[in-house]
Amino acid sequence: MNERTRRFEAVALPHLNAAYNLARWLLRDDRAAEDVVQEAYLRGFRFFDSFRGGDARPWLLGIVRKRCYSWLEDRGHEGETVEFDEERDSQVGSPVGGNLGDPETLLLRKLDKARIDRAIDGLPPAFREVIVLRELEAMSYEEIATVAGVPAGTVMSRLARARGLLRQALMQDENKDGPHGSE
Amino acid sequence: MAANDRDDDSVLGGAIRTQASRHRAPPALAANIVAALAAEAGAEPARAGTGWWRGPGWLRLGSAFACGLLAGLAVLLVNPAPADDPLVREVVASHVRSLMVAHLSDVASTDQHSVKPWFNGKLDFSPPVEDLAASGFPLAGGRLDYVNQRPVAALIYHHRQHTINVFVWPASGPLVQKPTRLARQGFNLESWRKDGMQFWAVSDLNDRELSEFASLLGAGDGT
Repeated sequence: MNERTRRFEAVALPHLNAAYNLARWLLRDDRAAEDVVQEAYLRGFRFFDSFRGGDARPWLLGIVRKRCYSWLEDRGHEGETVEFDEERDSQVGSPVGGNLGDPETLLLRKLDKARIDRAIDGLPPAFREVIVLRELEAMSYEEIATVAGVPAGTVMSRLARARGLLRQALMQDENKDGPHGSE
Repeated sequence: MAANDRDDDSVLGGAIRTQASRHRAPPALAANIVAALAAEAGAEPARAGTGWWRGPGWLRLGSAFACGLLAGLAVLLVNPAPADDPLVREVVASHVRSLMVAHLSDVASTDQHSVKPWFNGKLDFSPPVEDLAASGFPLAGGRLDYVNQRPVAALIYHHRQHTINVFVWPASGPLVQKPTRLARQGFNLESWRKDGMQFWAVSDLNDRELSEFASLLGAGDGT
């Protein structure tokens, strides 16, 4: 194994779970996520010289994200990936639903895995990815901005909007299931 | 930055962090990527070794092409296991994973008398554990693993800077009868049976030394 390969593996393989998690959330398919992550790693390897050192995770996840969007576009999901209206999104100054009232807090506390997953899954990709990167990968705004190729301010407004949408979806889900749930 | 961009959204955020699925990469993915990278880098498998052909030195033509050709040919001759035997992939994946996730040993010890009893009550068999430090392959520990649809013992040995995983489980069926050597994704593997146990050794160590190691553990003298 040559030195470059060894170096790339040491830098990139530790982020494999993060890469797969992002791809799996964006593509909603195990097999596709595997293929795309592998492709992204190969791409990262080819362009390894463009990696400027430091934490490889945002750099690598940026490649994974791009490959995911190409995959979706190739398969006619481009409706999903079309840039949404940034203007409109930044107008949502505060998260939909505003501060959490007590009933809402209670609701969120008793949410189960399936509902949360379903709600995240229902978000448009641009919102889904910021939630996944922020909450599941615990990345900073700056890092997410690097992954998504947008300014940090946009990341913040997308996150706020994503949370608003999530709350809405969770409420609707709750109402549909009735106050006592039916899981 | 990470610390002070904590948001007010602790309840929703907390619910997501504790409940939402964090999908984990399937075990084989790491191995597949390692393989793809090796192919991409133009690296031939078993690079530290000299192929399966261990004939006179003059036969080892300097040309990488000739070596590759010889190695490929010899693998075909020596290796009865199908090229994409899922078991082989599993063994390689387990090896890679053990190195990747820093989960090499459940019991880290160079003492065979503490490694062997550690498996008691964890497996329905007692794997043979032998320290080979005197021969240059010190025992480093043991681990439970899951291969071939069953819990198996994984023994970890070191040789210089190389790590060797040895997977052991009770032999059954006509799996691999004779010692088998192969190379996958830059790793060398050797499989053999001894005293009713199936052994698989896998390492980035070159094939000659791995084979020497395997014979110390009884490859070639059992059935």
